[in-house]
Amino acid sequence: MIRVAVVRFPGSNCDADTLRAVEQAGAEAYYVWHREAELGGADAVVLPGGFAYGDYLRAGAIARFSPVMAAVRSHAEQGGAVLGICNGFQILCEAGLLPGALMRNAGLKFVSRPVRVRVETTETPFTTAYEAGAILSLPVAHGEGRYVAPADDLSALEAEGRVVLRYLDNPNGSVNDIAGITNAARNVVGIMPHPERAADPVLGSPEGAKVFFSLVQSVALSRGGVP
Amino acid sequence: MPRYEVEVRVMPRAGLLDPQGQAVEHALRALGFEQIGGVRVGRALTLHLERPDAARAEADARAMCERLLANPVTEDFTLIVRGIP
Repeated sequence: MIRVAVVRFPGSNCDADTLRAVEQAGAEAYYVWHREAELGGADAVVLPGGFAYGDYLRAGAIARFSPVMAAVRSHAEQGGAVLGICNGFQILCEAGLLPGALMRNAGLKFVSRPVRVRVETTETPFTTAYEAGAILSLPVAHGEGRYVAPADDLSALEAEGRVVLRYLDNPNGSVNDIAGITNAARNVVGIMPHPERAADPVLGSPEGAKVFFSLVQSVALSRGGVP
Repeated sequence: MPRYEVEVRVMPRAGLLDPQGQAVEHALRALGFEQIGGVRVGRALTLHLERPDAARAEADARAMCERLLANPVTEDFTLIVRGIP
């Protein structure tokens, strides 16, 4: 069975939803406390949403020094799949595993509502099960989701098809309506919307579930087997 | 070892939208303050360092800003170093 680590920081609050969504996709999901130095043989890692370390200094700025982040970095460098959702995305940017940064929403408000996003690439471990161009409705819940990046990083993201999700109705002022990106190797993905909060019809929408199905499918394919 | 106080000022980079600054500006106008040319909101930190000299205190504070205290993508910082008698 595919093993997926869900990292818990002090202040994570989407960890249980994420664990459940990964399990429903058919993988074995387990928590890893941020003080751990190992990921327990994980095939993939998810950094869930929340407010790690109370967003002190800047969202994600302190979490990147947690011991587990060295293991996440080495997992990523070996090509392992890493997904950061919301605060997890902020942590990946602060850790330098993804380019750019997430700033305070242009409208100043904390935005908590479903937004429409387009799947811009299916060439990441977390989007293979979608159709390219698919329009999804996924919840966002953030005060600091305005993506910015230096001009050269931004043109590389666009030229290399590394924008993963794009807002149709930009809720936070992100440059180029960017809602999610991937790294050059395409194994590390950060997204602001919460697919785990839309991963079951009982939650109002199942449209996010394919993020986790994609993961299970991709890991299985990379092992040359079936999930 | 001489002691230094380093005042670190971290500001959103010029040209990047600062919605906090805009909100504060609106609030000031609501109070009747006029002819405000702009407000930007940043962060101030005070560091107490023991270093052989002021240059060393500044160099270390700069390294701290580059690695943690300021985000190199979105923020700029300035330092003021004062000797503590």
